[in-house]
Amino acid sequence: MVAPVKKRERRFSPGREAFRRFRRHRLAAASVVVLLLLALAVLIGPSLWPVPINDIDFTARLAPPSWDHPFGTDDLGQDLLARMIYGGRISLAVGFAAMAVGLFAGTVIGAIAGVSKGPIDAALMWITDLFLSLPPLPLLLLVIYLFRDFLKGLVGPEGGIFILIVLVIGGFRWMPVARLVRAQFLSLREKEFVEAARALGASKLRLVVRHILPNALGPVIVAGTIDVAGAIIAESTLSFLGLGFPPDIPTWGRLLFDAKDYLDIAPYWALFAGGAIFLTVIAINFIGDGLRDALDPRKVM
Amino acid sequence: MGNYLLRRLIVAVPSLLGISLILFVLLALAPGDPFGELASNPNIPPEVREALRIKFGMDDPILVRYLHWLVAMLHGDWGFSFASRVDVETLILQRVPTTLYVVGTAQLLALAVAVPIGVYAAMRPYSIFDQLANTFAFIGFSLPTFFTGLLLILIFSVNLGWLPFVYRTDINASGWQWYWEYIKQAIMPVAVLGLFQAASYTRYVRSAVLDVIKLDYVTTARAKGIGERKVIVKHVVRNALIPVVTLVALQMPTVFGGAIITEQIFRVPGIGSLLISAILANDTPVIMAVTFVFACLVVLFNLLADIIYGWLDPRISYG
Repeated sequence: MVAPVKKRERRFSPGREAFRRFRRHRLAAASVVVLLLLALAVLIGPSLWPVPINDIDFTARLAPPSWDHPFGTDDLGQDLLARMIYGGRISLAVGFAAMAVGLFAGTVIGAIAGVSKGPIDAALMWITDLFLSLPPLPLLLLVIYLFRDFLKGLVGPEGGIFILIVLVIGGFRWMPVARLVRAQFLSLREKEFVEAARALGASKLRLVVRHILPNALGPVIVAGTIDVAGAIIAESTLSFLGLGFPPDIPTWGRLLFDAKDYLDIAPYWALFAGGAIFLTVIAINFIGDGLRDALDPRKVM
Repeated sequence: MGNYLLRRLIVAVPSLLGISLILFVLLALAPGDPFGELASNPNIPPEVREALRIKFGMDDPILVRYLHWLVAMLHGDWGFSFASRVDVETLILQRVPTTLYVVGTAQLLALAVAVPIGVYAAMRPYSIFDQLANTFAFIGFSLPTFFTGLLLILIFSVNLGWLPFVYRTDINASGWQWYWEYIKQAIMPVAVLGLFQAASYTRYVRSAVLDVIKLDYVTTARAKGIGERKVIVKHVVRNALIPVVTLVALQMPTVFGGAIITEQIFRVPGIGSLLISAILANDTPVIMAVTFVFACLVVLFNLLADIIYGWLDPRISYG
């Protein structure tokens, strides 16, 4: 009696099945809600809380949280809630954009290495391993130090530094993806369905784009999710070291950087900014964990 | 063993060369001329500037310049710090031991926390202990080091007043008092760095032990009547640590990145804080050298991991 019921459940499409598995990971499902709320807050927040981020009010310096300023104020009397909302936009945008850059570069390099045999594959993998052994943070700092002024002149201070940070963070995060994609390609290209497509006369590009790549995406999606968290941490780290966005742009890391000198009188300042980073990162990590479970067909749930 | 070491060393050379090439190309591609300042200085005639450019080979092809630079680096001639008015190599040699001390202690702490917890969690998978360990691991590596550092300062320095939050090299004490002060100021930086690493290591150890613990040879060991303790320590953990060593080696770049942050927060006088202050002071020779030293340290620790790997796994032939 039980078996037929189970069989009917199995008739879901792969996407539906993955969704069902994902929902079983309760923390991951809750994390999606948290992340959506955060994204919603930073997107529509400014219209709900229309306080300017740079409204200086010396009568309310370092005021603890109150009804006027739910998150308190900083040393210039600027409203922290408004600054957090603005900073959240940048942090999340950097996170997703850098992930996209890393994912794209990693997929392209991994795919090229995976379909070509011999010297191209070896050279690409050597470069990948080389980049893997580079310490990312010192290099991030070096590149930003060297190219900051150049891009600032080219596209303005805010846009220039945004492009630079996204490219650099993405540029140091593609290696795991490239290795994953290559490993997937190596096993998939020998599979029967690929051979069948090849026998039907599909071109190499078509083989890669239509047949191999879609089947290699599972682990890439998981890696990409975790990458968002890594990119957000990287951006916050740069801002925290005072070397990211210009001082007047309050990213979450920058808020922490400014707050660290007032830990004794205004601890809420650091706690709100750090708490926001932590909440975002842990939500993304849980989502990644849930996706890993959901997209692994071998795992029985 | 000597042969194996030599082979690993030879493999490390191309990656060091590659790293140095990347660094040099970055510097060469960067806009801005190191002699740009001279151009705007009215006291220096253009002929002198031109002579200086030729002397330093600024107009040579990039590959020639790279070779010159590499030879100078190999000779230990790393340039002169604009900001501190000393040779870069002296500056770095002063700072490296502190960084190694903090990073090394943190790694030991991380392993001391992660291995027992990971093994115990894997021995009882999906138990309450396992779930707790997993949750804490998730929280641990989702908390960025700069935030945990500030949290610890807030709790232990500001509220409780137990630990100093500034790392000092000139401690006003002698004898045991000196050692105590010395250890006390390192507690927070080491804890921040170590616990962050411990979180991800715990997950590595757990999954590695889970892979091994169901294998036939473990059952055989138990069937022979070896005590559970001995089975776990001698048979399971030793084999499970092999992949863990690789993963720890892969974490090394991140570890040194974390060292920069912790050194900056607690003002530890290591090469990480040197890098930050050099960037703020536009001190290019120091920045280049420190970045290169970080890359060398990563390669060095990878080499160390290879040696440990060979010791743990006798199947790897040294021959």
